[in-house]
Formats: sequence, C-alpha cells, structure tokens
Amino acid sequence: MRHRMVVVEGSYAVAHAVKVCKPNVISAYPITPQTHIVEDLSQFAADGEMNCEYMNVESEFSAISALIGASAAGARTYTSTTSQGLALMHEALFNASGMRLPIVMTVVNRALSAPINIWNDQQDSISQRDTGWIQLYAEDVQESADMTPQLYKIAEDEDILLPAMACMDGFILSHVYEPVILLEQSLTDEFLPDYSPEFVLDPKNPMSFGAFADPSTYTEFRYKQEKAMGVALKRIEEVAIEFSEKYGRYYGGLLDGYMLEDAEIVIMAMGSVIGTIKDTIDMLRKEGERVGLLKVRSFRPFPADEIRKALKNAKVVITLDKNISVGKNEGALCTEVKACMYNNRDVLAPVIGFMLGHGGRDIPISTIVKMINKAKLVEKGIFIESEFADLREDLA
Amino acid sequence: MKEIRIHGRGGQGSVTAAELLAVAAFEDGKFSQAFPAFGVERRGAPVMAFVRLDEKPIRLRSQIYEPDYVIVQDATLVDVVDVARGTKPDGFILINTEKSPEHFKMVTKATIKTLDATKLAMDFIGKPIVNTTLIGAFAGVSGIIRPESIKNAVMERFPGKVGEKNAAAIQAAYDMMEAQR
Repeated sequence: MRHRMVVVEGSYAVAHAVKVCKPNVISAYPITPQTHIVEDLSQFAADGEMNCEYMNVESEFSAISALIGASAAGARTYTSTTSQGLALMHEALFNASGMRLPIVMTVVNRALSAPINIWNDQQDSISQRDTGWIQLYAEDVQESADMTPQLYKIAEDEDILLPAMACMDGFILSHVYEPVILLEQSLTDEFLPDYSPEFVLDPKNPMSFGAFADPSTYTEFRYKQEKAMGVALKRIEEVAIEFSEKYGRYYGGLLDGYMLEDAEIVIMAMGSVIGTIKDTIDMLRKEGERVGLLKVRSFRPFPADEIRKALKNAKVVITLDKNISVGKNEGALCTEVKACMYNNRDVLAPVIGFMLGHGGRDIPISTIVKMINKAKLVEKGIFIESEFADLREDLA
Repeated sequence: MKEIRIHGRGGQGSVTAAELLAVAAFEDGKFSQAFPAFGVERRGAPVMAFVRLDEKPIRLRSQIYEPDYVIVQDATLVDVVDVARGTKPDGFILINTEKSPEHFKMVTKATIKTLDATKLAMDFIGKPIVNTTLIGAFAGVSGIIRPESIKNAVMERFPGKVGEKNAAAIQAAYDMMEAQR
C-alpha cells in the first residue's frame, strides 16, 4: 500500500479523484477554502488532461444552475463550494434534487457569516439538510477523494438519481499534506460505469424537466425522492463494499464503529474530528475506560435503524456537532439521534449533545476527554441535555 | 510521534517548509502530516505551520501544543510570539540568526540552536529565502530525516537550477548543524 502513496495536499487529492471520474462539465466559483480544488481542476482542463467543459461563472448560483442544465442534458457534472457559496446555491439545490439530477459536489465545510469567518465548521452543509441531496462526511483526505467515485456511482444509480455532497472539513482536510493513494484511472474506469440516463434534454426528442406540478401530483414527487433516499441507504453500503473490493480501502458505509463492541460511552461524530477521537479512545482504553466511537458517514440519508442497532449496548451516547440550530441549543446530529430513538425501545441510553469546533476553534484531545468526563456524571444523576464543549469562559 | 512547529512571517514559506518536511519524511519511511495554522495570511504577519511524523498513519487533527521541535525563520519573532510555548526538555528551538544561542533569554527547558540561515541562503541561493536552508539545518540538528530526502523533495518542487541551489544550501546547513550534534 505504502509504495503507491504520495504526499499531496488534500485539495489536490480530491481534484485528482474528480479527474479520474471523467466529468463532462465542471462549473465553479472559487471561494476559500475550496479554492485549491477548483484551481487544480481548471489546470487539468487547461492542460488537456481532462476532456471536459470547464465553466468559469460569476457566482455559485450560476455554477449550480449551469450544472442543472448540463446534467439534464445527460452530462456527468461536478462542482465544489463552501459556506456563503453553498448558501447562495440554496434555492437551486432543490431544483437539482427535484429534477433528480445526479450532480456531485464537494463541500469544503466552513462557517457562515456573520461574523465573517473563513475557518471550518459544518454549519454550511448542515443548513442544506432538507434540500434532498445525499450527504456523506469524510474523516481524512483519502476518504474525501475516494468518496467522489463512490458518490457518482450512488447518485447515478437509476433507482436513486439524486444529487450528492461529499463533505470535507475546510483547511483541516483541504489544506493538509498527508500520504494518499491517488485514484487510479484504470480501476476507476472499472468501478464507475458511464453515465447514460434514460431521460435527457434533447432537441430531437423534446421533454420537460422540473415542469409544473399542481396539488394532484406534487406530493408524489416528494414521496419518490424519499423512496430514492431509501434505496440510497442500501446502495451506500453496497458501493462502499464494492469500492473496498476494487481499491482495498473501506471507511464504513453509512456508519463505522471503532471500539464499539463493549463500549459503555459511545461518541458519535462526523468529519475530520473522527481521527482525534480515535486517538483519544486508544489513550482512554489503556486506562481501562470502555469508550467507543460511532462515526456517522451518511447524514442524508439518515441511517436510523443502523444507529439504533449500533447503540444497543451503549450506556451513554455523546453527539458532537460543528453546527447549531440557534433557538434549540443543539446541533443537528444530536437532534436526529435523539429523534430516531424516541419511538423505539431498543436504545434507552441518554444522549448528551456537545457543540464545538465552530468557526475553526481547534478540537484537541483534552476537549474530547472533558466531554467523556461529563458523560460519566450521568451515573451520578447529573445530566446535561446539550451545551457548548469549548466555550471561552472569559468571553461567555 | 514527533511534532514540529514552524514560526515565520507571511511570505517566508513556512507552509512550504512544512510540506517539504512531510514529503521528505515520507520518503524516509515515516508517515507525515503538514498543515498551516490557518490564519488570514498577510505578507510579514506572524504565521505558523505544523508537521507531525510517526511510524504509523497519523489520525490526530488538532493543532500542535507541545512540539518536540520548533523552527523560527525570523529571530525578530521571538519578541512578538511565544516561540517556546509548550516545548519539551529533550527538544530544541532552531532559530535563524547570526547571534549565539546564549543571546536568547526565553523560558524553556528545550535546547536553543542557532544558525545564520540568511547568510547561507544568500551565499548559495542568492536570495534571503531561508525555508529550505532551515529544514536542512533541522535535519542536521534532529537526525530524524536524511538530508538526501529533503533535497529530493525540494528539487522535485523546484526543478532545475533553483532546486540545485537550494539543495546546496540544504547540504551546507545540514553539515554545519550535524557537526554540532
């Protein structure tokens, strides 16, 4: 494995992964910290390394709009954005999913204004939760890259046809240099079939996409999107296994457990903090603490059944959120995990929500340990519903 | 695991130095991770970059608070930034300066090492760009990276004459510091 690795920037690894997926149309607008991905892609296109239409546009709204047209015409399409750029796309994201267009987008997760902040959290993609896009969250650079062909395969499945976001933490993963295997063209050609949709915009055979739907039919459009997400639940697992058979790498499908079997305290999280949690768990396990991790890879579709199964033996569950629903005092993962347990008696463990890592605030091992120690207080009857894990007392 | 913190000023190539160390260490058979301290980069402003080296794949993603080694590209930073923060007794702080280590009165149990990297860079490269010279010196002081791997990494990044000049500066800095080890 090692001899195939090279030390490159995370953004380059992702751009390279996009290249070997052979998209026909890329449209993007540069924004920190996504910039290096689209710079590398435009370089590939300019150098003739990609047979692709690369469109420079004047805003993210145009970037996604251009792809909606291209995808409807049968093209494999790609874009990448972050933060304000993703927020600007919001309206059109519903069009992409409603028209069942399998656009793949890398979201380089970053905080939202105001106050202006260019650093990492996951408020941007979490805020697009209900747009009907598949959302997977990557733990390291290799997974961020490998997610790209996986998502094309899932999104373009004729029983799914939904757009998909590969979410990677801004700077932490986009700007890190670490050893990765750049996706091989030959393997990717074998893994990812050509995209040949049944319905395309074609002047010779005119049809409408995203046409008018009155109350007699609109509901069924939404119902079918939901059904497609149900298919995606199965396909995400299958494609992760197909990928591991082809490339030899596996990160979990919907979820991935670490030291979960006998864990009394289970931490649930998404994204680059997973690695730091694993190191923390190794440290605490040496001291005899029964702590485990349940990595959430798929946030949409949300794997409720699988989560309940995975948490069956847990005594306390901790959720980590790099986002907040202001007015609910908790992050989205916390809300969703609690919601998936309520009508079910399989899991009786309390869920403690922690919000942290907002606007790029660093998450050291000490912060993880602090949360675990708070979870232990549950046994003594002290229960925290949800709170910020890394508040500065001097400013709070 | 060994952790390195690089202090510099925007434009001095601290992030590049970190990346080159990561590439070189990987060539040496280690796993590596290099990342900037994600500031809003402005030329001349204090910046930091981090490197982790380990025998096994690196999962930790936090910033580095207790570095084994510190590299300071510009000695004037010592008055502005606490470059000794979190340093360890068996570690070192390598400062680019014409002054001797005794000149620096900072609170640390780490060893202070100095080298006039600016002069070496002027002699060999012809420009006061010290990042490559300093990572050569780092290899000399620490003994944890082969100078050949650093030179290879630099020549791959800067092909041709520029790379060769940098490689010569790296070797000179390495020899100078290795002799003191």
